[in-house]
Amino acid sequence: MDVLIYLIPVALFLGGLGLCAFLWSLKSGQYDDMEGPKWRVLSDDDLPEREEP
Amino acid sequence: MVSSARDWDSFASSSPVNGAIHMDFAVDGVHCAGCMGKIERGLSRMDGIDRARLNLSSHRLSVDWHPDEINAETIVEVLDAMGYKAHPFDPNLVRESGDATSRELLRCMAVAGFASMNVMLLSVSIWSGNVTDIAPETRDFFHWLSALIALPAAAYAGRPFFRSAFAALRIRSVNMDVPITIGVLLALALSVLQTIQHAEHAYFDSAIMLLFFLLIGRYLDQNMRRRTRSFAENIAALRADMAVKLLPDGSTREVPLSRVDPGDSVLVSPGERVSVDGIVQTGQSDIDQSLITGETALCAVKPGSNVYAGTLNATGSLKIQVTAATQGTLLDEVNRLLETAAQARSRYVKLADRAAALYAPMVHSAAALTFLGWWIWGGDWQQAMIIAISVLIITCPCALGLAIPAVQVVASGLLYRFGILLNSGDAIERLAEVDTIVFDKTGTLTNAKPHLVNASACSGSALNLAGRLALSSRHPLAIALAKASDAANPLENVQEIPGAGVEAILDGQRLRLGSPDFCGVSSSRVETALASSPGASVLVFQCDQKEPDLFLIEQSVREDAQNVVLQLQSSGYHLEILSGDRRAAVSAVAAEIGIKTYAAELHPQDKIARLDELKASGRTVLMVGDGLNDAPALAAAHVSLSPVTAVQLSQAAADGVFLGERLEPVARALNISILARRAMSQNLLLSTLYNIVAVPIAVAGFVTPLLAAVAMSGSSIIVTANALRLRLMQPRQINSNGEQG
Repeated sequence: MDVLIYLIPVALFLGGLGLCAFLWSLKSGQYDDMEGPKWRVLSDDDLPEREEP
Repeated sequence: MVSSARDWDSFASSSPVNGAIHMDFAVDGVHCAGCMGKIERGLSRMDGIDRARLNLSSHRLSVDWHPDEINAETIVEVLDAMGYKAHPFDPNLVRESGDATSRELLRCMAVAGFASMNVMLLSVSIWSGNVTDIAPETRDFFHWLSALIALPAAAYAGRPFFRSAFAALRIRSVNMDVPITIGVLLALALSVLQTIQHAEHAYFDSAIMLLFFLLIGRYLDQNMRRRTRSFAENIAALRADMAVKLLPDGSTREVPLSRVDPGDSVLVSPGERVSVDGIVQTGQSDIDQSLITGETALCAVKPGSNVYAGTLNATGSLKIQVTAATQGTLLDEVNRLLETAAQARSRYVKLADRAAALYAPMVHSAAALTFLGWWIWGGDWQQAMIIAISVLIITCPCALGLAIPAVQVVASGLLYRFGILLNSGDAIERLAEVDTIVFDKTGTLTNAKPHLVNASACSGSALNLAGRLALSSRHPLAIALAKASDAANPLENVQEIPGAGVEAILDGQRLRLGSPDFCGVSSSRVETALASSPGASVLVFQCDQKEPDLFLIEQSVREDAQNVVLQLQSSGYHLEILSGDRRAAVSAVAAEIGIKTYAAELHPQDKIARLDELKASGRTVLMVGDGLNDAPALAAAHVSLSPVTAVQLSQAAADGVFLGERLEPVARALNISILARRAMSQNLLLSTLYNIVAVPIAVAGFVTPLLAAVAMSGSSIIVTANALRLRLMQPRQINSNGEQG
């Protein structure tokens, strides 16, 4: 059971990392728009513009 | 028209970093991702714009730009050319408080979620260890670890509940947060005690999981409210409440209303809405007060007259001195009535609080009796305490706390989809109790814009000529006539005589369009013409010495009003009209849509008196109205709705706002509320049943943390699923079910 001494801190640390990541994403406004991003991923804005045929 | 520089600077906030300006716009007409791409691409291509990003959930566009290369006016024009109406937010009016609360709840929820998952990990190990071969030292170690995680997490994530419970206790009342707080705190304290005594069980997981579930409910609830509020703010911003302010140096400037103070002078051109309350300094005009008093006929104003925000200036330019609500004005009276009405309203006790008031004493006395019972018959006070607290934990109102908010969230989501935005969560409960509906006439049963009723009776050439003449006027009747005549090219050299009408000379003939007096039509002839539609206003067109034409113009009834009234009547509602308009106009509308009880020419206090009368006879009233004169009645009624075209004061006084040209949302709101109320009762029943089963087990001392965890999550899932059932119903089903109920 001695392995718990390592495992539990590791588990807590990883969980805490997830929590911090969530709080950061909240703070940086990633939950402000829940509708837009799912459409944004489909738009081709990031491609160089082509001449319309 | 007065042309003046718009004071866009009031809307901007500049960033100190690179001198860029940041502004938020409310954008109308955004429906899909295509619009989003179009707007963002269109703006980003322009010079001087750093960043343009549209929030598709709140329909707000945030733009950063460099002030030396581009200005706000150009941005609004570009958006307008793309087909989107946009207006910047007045930063003074945008309240961020709702946003802050919802973020705090989300943070608490994240912490509680993190903690409950980790504590559960340890708890599952202990539970499985307890039935196999866990060493007592390991179990103690795990309990201490759980405490290490749960105590700080509960202290952080429980704050919303602790605060609210403390606030309730301070005014000596009980809300649902009081038993929640007591339950959580006792469970944690007991668990620490158990851990110190090397016991087999500790309830850290129950306490923190309870917080997590309840926070989910709170967050969803808050999020729904934030959504409706942000929508309401968009509407307010798009309405662009601006005023043309006269500066001391004589120049004019268009500023947002928050920059206008009492004592300032503002100019109002013909055809514009008056955006302030004040006294006319110079100028003469006719004012359309239908939004204020419900009166559809225009009212003449001259220097010294009072004018109110929300009225429409029809004929002449006015210079108005802004006043705060002064003694004796209509606004003052409305405000006074509103205050008393709002005080009376606050006596309503929400269903959730009623449940809490019943629940808390019952549970706490059950726990106390359990303690006494085990102490007297068992003898060990510590053992008795443990069992008593386990009673509190198992009855902790997880399901009860979710029972009502879960339904509210689902129901207000449904209402939102049908164009109804509610200001308060308990409006749903109150809507479900309604048995009488009182409508205002002007702007509520009728559309805000008037239209020509006797087009078929007029000769085409006269209508066309009159229409061309009408194009030169901003008078609402003239606008309606011009629209009906499809005239496109206005006449030249048209003169507008304030308070009378317009006049022009065409091919040597004098053409006049205006009031009957102006065109020399006798009042007896007007009366004969009005016999067919008594609610109409008369506009006369006279071509030289020829027989004048009379145009009857009326506010049309909302297209589905008749159907909705029929539907409501057949569902058993009693309907009434209370209007401030003339008797003839009211009775015409009442007859058209089939409402038998109506009263006309009412003042705000008369409307309240009628509502009190209805209340005294045991009825619960839904008031639907839009005018300033309705505001006190809206606040006094059991529950109230107003159309989105209503004046701001009324919208604020009402419990909800409905969008669009149709009256259907009113019926829809009632239907959904009845279903929601039914789901709330079912949920309360379910959680009562749960307690009936669980409490004896707990009193008998058989509850383990594992059992508590299963019971808690099970009951929460059941009430949430029951609330979600509402959502599965198709619109048609909602209709038919609601009518049965």
